[in-house]
Amino acid sequence: MTDVMMPDQQELVPAGRDAWRMFLRNRAAVAGLIMFFGILFMTFFGPMLYDEDPNDIVARPFLEPGTEGAPAMGTDYLGRDVLAGVINGGSTTLTVAAIAAVMIVAIGVTIGALAGFYGGTVDTVLMRFTEFFQVLPALLFAMVVVTLFEPSARTISIAIGLVLWPSLARLTRAEFLRLRNLEFVKAARAIGSTDLRIISRVIFPNALPPLIVSTTLVMGAAILFEAGLAFLGLGDPNTLSWGLMIGLNRGNFLNAWWTVTFPGLAIFITVLSFSLIGDGLQDAFNPKLRGR
Amino acid sequence: MRTAAAKIAQSLGLILAVIVLNFSLIHLAPGDPAVVIAGESGAASPETLAQVRADYGLDKPFVTQLGIYVGQVARGDLGESFFFGRSVTSLIADRLWPTVLLVGTALIFAIVLGVMAGTFTARRPESPASHAVTVLALIGYSMPVFWTGILLVILFASVLKILPISGMHDVEFDGGLLASWLDVARHLVLPALTLGVIYLAQYSRLSRASMLEVLQSDYIRTARAKGLAEKVVVYKHALRNAVIPVVTIAGLQFGALLSGALLVETVFNWPGLGRLAFDSILRRDTPVLLGVLLMAAVMVVVANLLTDLLYRVIDPRIRVGARRTRTKVST
Repeated sequence: MTDVMMPDQQELVPAGRDAWRMFLRNRAAVAGLIMFFGILFMTFFGPMLYDEDPNDIVARPFLEPGTEGAPAMGTDYLGRDVLAGVINGGSTTLTVAAIAAVMIVAIGVTIGALAGFYGGTVDTVLMRFTEFFQVLPALLFAMVVVTLFEPSARTISIAIGLVLWPSLARLTRAEFLRLRNLEFVKAARAIGSTDLRIISRVIFPNALPPLIVSTTLVMGAAILFEAGLAFLGLGDPNTLSWGLMIGLNRGNFLNAWWTVTFPGLAIFITVLSFSLIGDGLQDAFNPKLRGR
Repeated sequence: MRTAAAKIAQSLGLILAVIVLNFSLIHLAPGDPAVVIAGESGAASPETLAQVRADYGLDKPFVTQLGIYVGQVARGDLGESFFFGRSVTSLIADRLWPTVLLVGTALIFAIVLGVMAGTFTARRPESPASHAVTVLALIGYSMPVFWTGILLVILFASVLKILPISGMHDVEFDGGLLASWLDVARHLVLPALTLGVIYLAQYSRLSRASMLEVLQSDYIRTARAKGLAEKVVVYKHALRNAVIPVVTIAGLQFGALLSGALLVETVFNWPGLGRLAFDSILRRDTPVLLGVLLMAAVMVVVANLLTDLLYRVIDPRIRVGARRTRTKVST
């Protein structure tokens, strides 16, 4: 079949490059991008640059940062180096969040696209299913799953993926509902495109901007979620993470603020970077809503 | 009225689905379901396990077992906590009120203050206050709630020693009813603040966005054209419509709010359902954990029903299912 020129891209208000330029002009968004790469850099190259095992006992417990012999961020209740923990604690969190995000996008976009495209009974059934997962209190459900099964990075990623997809499904559905009766979709139908082609090649690219924004924000939510589970002691017991550090030092933070402040700051900066990037993308894709 | 009945039927269906999920999880989990139900990490005596097998009909086919389980839950029997030697239902009943109090206070605080801040800044979109709302919303959304709580505890324990940082009552408390309410209220401030601040930030941003949109609509121009005072236009005409997206999101986020409450309760030793769930995990008290999950799901369903009800109060025109907002939303 000769490739008929598909009017795929016509809905995208500022095309990709314009949006990117707009994004780069947004100072907050660029700051978010820098923070994000900073965290990535620290997580992947930090352990090479700061060669201290986070599990080693390096000094007396509870050494305040700035006191003699203390590491830059002090030591925790066992005398372990907090800075080493912060540097090494990110990889679990980021990995879990990334796997969960892939799951969230896969489930959410598929269900939302099918519901929005076909409508009718398919829509009703899929939306009931989505509602069910929306009713489940996310953290509690994840806690139950992790308790009943093993608390490994895999279980945790699956648990987070299972509970965070509904908002993306609803958004995808709304976009598909909005787009499915527009001219260019009718045109694609008229030239005999299959449903699969219309969904994936005609509607999906046009629904992409809000989905990208939403995915960025969901990444932030997944990180907060992993941190929350780890804080409760439901993370993978064999790997260090920021949330776990806070949880382990929970009994002593009143006389050792640094043991909980720095790991928390790492989580905060990571999530903030996603929020800023998501916000910048939103403004870039949809200049009308800027500043709201 | 038909829609109301359908809503309630649908809600009951959702709760039934959660019960089925609960039971399926017990069976999907590795190991003997009797051991999972009995909890105690496999340390249950053979007599206890035999008792559990008989109670739940674990030697019968899966569907029969499910029927027995659903029947028991429907009668309010969520099993027995082997740690406390009490029925799970009574344990949950004891812990329900503190959680409802915490979540309710945080929610009302966030919505009322958020809508006020949003309305204020929508009338001055370029003011410093308006930019502050944007920044604070981003920060509030990005802070892990348990960390916010811990930082507040550090602050109030070491610098501002004016509020209690743990629990729900004073240990040496011996006053009358009113004094005891005041005591609870003082203990409530920090947990509710911790939980509410995240949503306060989001709701102020959301209500500003929707207020800005509403203020540009035709009916507002009409109201102004016929010479109504600006206060009446904003607070009587615009606010009603501007508040709808906030209610929508608050309803959708109720599950997330409950999750947050769980973490906050752990930080502040607040004796609610979250604390109970957390302790149950440490004790391997599975029946309690599953009971809390079910109770929390019921709370979300009830919250959604209330949201629907609230729509009808705020806006009599609303046809459920036809609402849609075009404002910045992050759920």
